[in-house]
Amino acid sequence: MVTVISIMTAGIVIGLFVRNMNGFLKIMDRLIILAIFLLLFFLGVAVGVNEMIIQNLGSYGLIALLLTLGGVAGSVVLALLVYRGFFKRER
Amino acid sequence: MKNSLLIVGFFIAGILGGYYSLLPSIILETDISLYVLYALMFFVGIAIGANRKTWSVIRKARIRIFLVPLTVVLGTFAGVVITSFFINSISVRESLAVGAGFGYYSLSSVLIGQLRCEALGVIALVSNITREIITLLVTPFLAQYFGKLAPIASGGATSMDVTLPVITRYVGSEYAIIAVFSGIVLTILVPFLVTFILTV
Repeated sequence: MVTVISIMTAGIVIGLFVRNMNGFLKIMDRLIILAIFLLLFFLGVAVGVNEMIIQNLGSYGLIALLLTLGGVAGSVVLALLVYRGFFKRER
Repeated sequence: MKNSLLIVGFFIAGILGGYYSLLPSIILETDISLYVLYALMFFVGIAIGANRKTWSVIRKARIRIFLVPLTVVLGTFAGVVITSFFINSISVRESLAVGAGFGYYSLSSVLIGQLRCEALGVIALVSNITREIITLLVTPFLAQYFGKLAPIASGGATSMDVTLPVITRYVGSEYAIIAVFSGIVLTILVPFLVTFILTV
């Protein structure tokens, strides 16, 4: 897992040097979306062959929904406090 | 939008292929997905480094604007930790990893699926897609009752692209730049935070 962060940091450093090359970013975006398609396909395959995950898809969905509601609620409430404390009065 | 449908399409195609054993077993027996992940992280890094717009937006930002992505991170983490106390089958660490997707479902789900387990990857995928959809739906309500930062907070990493139009419409264009900034910072943070949470 250290590998993941090291690889990405190396990428950032290389990116800083190649930023003047035209069209480079577009190629990267293409490669990124391609890699993501592939990886989600593989994730799907791993899920499909795993009987236990297939049987539990419903409860995973429910857990996901609850976590989303919790995360959104937490960030929205804190955003209200920060808005009132630091942003609103300037207007 | 076209891409998000494609992304879900690839995922579902994978499930069907795996479930009905339509694929050569080599896909499962090799580490090919791990190497694709490494390649992905390398490309993501290059894209971050090479993106002039990203760096100029961040460089021009005043200190106060950094409060917004910070708010999203801390608020989301507090929310998912509290939620995880009510769910027996998921640990605090796993909940934090799912929350650290901030709506960036494609990257966070494959990363979590690879670093932890497929089941959590699925949860991350569904949870973060839902975050995007919820934001699209409730932005008018949030803007009215929770202040102009609330839709930006709800959108997380998506506030720089997918949810930006609806957010801009309800909080005004002077807050649109904050939405873009917050989305950019969170998008960069996702791979670091997810990896960090699952490793430490």
